[in-house]
Amino acid sequence: MNTATAPVIEYVALMPILILLGAACIGILVEAFLPRHHRFHTQLVIVGAAIVGAFIRLIANWRQGRSGIMAMGSLTLDGPTYVMWSGLLVFGLLAVLVFAERKANGGVTTFAASAATTPGSKAEATASAARIEHTEIFPLFLFSLAGMMLFLAANDMLTLFVALEVFSLPLYLMCGMARRRRLLSQEAALKYFLLGAFSSAFFLFGVALVYGYTGSFTFGDIAIAVTLPTQGRGLLITGLALMVVGVLFKIGAVPFHNWTPDVYVGAPTPVTGFMAICTKAAASMALLRLLYTAFGGERWSWQPVLMVIAILTMLLGAVFGLTQTDVKRLLAYSSVAHAGFILTAVVGAQGIVATGQLTSVGAVMFYLIAYGFATIGAFAIVTLVRRSGGETNAMDDWAGLGRRSPVLAGIFSFFLLSFAGIPLTAGFIGKWAAFESAWRGGYKWLVVVAVIASLIAAFFYLKLIMIMWFQPPAEGVEVAVPSALTWVPIIVGALATLLLGVAPGLLLDVVSTADVFLR
Amino acid sequence: MNVENYIYLATLLFALGTAGVLLRRNALVVFMSVELMLNAANLAFVAFAELHGQLDGQMASFFVMVVAAAEVVVGLAIIVTIYRTRRSTSVDEANLLKF
Repeated sequence: MNTATAPVIEYVALMPILILLGAACIGILVEAFLPRHHRFHTQLVIVGAAIVGAFIRLIANWRQGRSGIMAMGSLTLDGPTYVMWSGLLVFGLLAVLVFAERKANGGVTTFAASAATTPGSKAEATASAARIEHTEIFPLFLFSLAGMMLFLAANDMLTLFVALEVFSLPLYLMCGMARRRRLLSQEAALKYFLLGAFSSAFFLFGVALVYGYTGSFTFGDIAIAVTLPTQGRGLLITGLALMVVGVLFKIGAVPFHNWTPDVYVGAPTPVTGFMAICTKAAASMALLRLLYTAFGGERWSWQPVLMVIAILTMLLGAVFGLTQTDVKRLLAYSSVAHAGFILTAVVGAQGIVATGQLTSVGAVMFYLIAYGFATIGAFAIVTLVRRSGGETNAMDDWAGLGRRSPVLAGIFSFFLLSFAGIPLTAGFIGKWAAFESAWRGGYKWLVVVAVIASLIAAFFYLKLIMIMWFQPPAEGVEVAVPSALTWVPIIVGALATLLLGVAPGLLLDVVSTADVFLR
Repeated sequence: MNVENYIYLATLLFALGTAGVLLRRNALVVFMSVELMLNAANLAFVAFAELHGQLDGQMASFFVMVVAAAEVVVGLAIIVTIYRTRRSTSVDEANLLKF
């Protein structure tokens, strides 16, 4: 008789994720059992403690060298996992501080008083008047963050799919919970949800086809099956293509970028900031792990396709960015362009075999961390420019921000320069590392296109800086005075962007010792 | 019966689901088409598991069912809110966000 053996789970090594998921469950219980007026602060303490606790445990695990393939082959803890988990936890903490900002909004958060009420209805007015707040946003955030961490560490296709959904489903809801301009917010949630579900269905069918070809879900087995010469590779290539479509959608690469501008604009700005960096980071790393560890032997098939996608993504993001008149939409197209720059490093495929130089994985990690600090800070500033109490994102209203609030305009300009990749900012080093790995991979033309796209993109960043500093201030616009909850992400973002630009070695040293996937 | 036929059927269902998402205008029907695509993948998992003589694929289909159920919860919540606001679930009428 067969006996079932209990699975072996390395609880200590996986503690960071378990802490986040556990805290999210506690958060749900808090919603159910605690009186309403206690919930906000309790949730904030739970989220803060969970992220800090997870971070401490993560660093301890890293120092103790706990690495390897965990949880019966479904998760990999290796250098890239540790670097990006730390990155996600730091960005998550900074992002959630902006979630909790109340002072700038007249004592309430930017999330709908009651998302279930119809906009413009009496019920909504009553809920707003009673100063009700949705504190469910915090557990949703924790589930999403834990899902992202799982996604980039997944070592089999099924975990990859489940993690994809675990981080996406809460995000769909968070997008629809804005307090102001609720119609836009709900529409963003609907679009994001339908397109996201569509793309994850593609991803899943891809998983089914790859499973059909290889007979296994784990990346290691797939890597072996890929190198065996067999008839009928159509199944494998089709499956790979469908899976990559699903992940590229999350990264926001052309032609799967259509949701990005709409969702970025419609979602509450703190959520946009969180999504802009954390989703991109998780999806980029998962794409790298999938392509390098499982399909490294098949790279002659995916490199040319990804190269075309990278070119389209960079150029479309940069060119469409030129015509935008809305700051959030401009940042959305900027993020599309950045997805393209990240993909150039992916195409370079340096370090599938170790070379002793910074691998593509290392370059992408540096890029994401550099881009992340600037993104979190930039979206935190976007929450502060207001007209009659609500956020205004029209570029005309941002005119003359330099005179009205020189400090914020100065920091925002600095972030824009980092996005543009001007030297002495983190963005420059990130671009350098990414382009260099494409260059060493033999994709010199791609680097030329990438540099041209950066120049086009630099134009619209500079245009916004000109508008902020050299135009007369717009009438009726005010800059909200936030509490430390918003200042901390802005200041930390600015300092980190400066530090990584001036002394990139601090992070490059860490990244270059942890830039090869374990397989 | 030949297992391969189930895979052809799964591909057909997947194509039907894709066509449904692209052609239909009612958010609920679009969503149902996505569910059809997920179920096509389930059928493919089970068929491939039979082909390989393993249980992995059958296990996967259970995971997919749970995920699909979670997706229904979130999806219907979003669609119902939109319906309450607009009295319509047409995806063409959700057009406030444009470039």
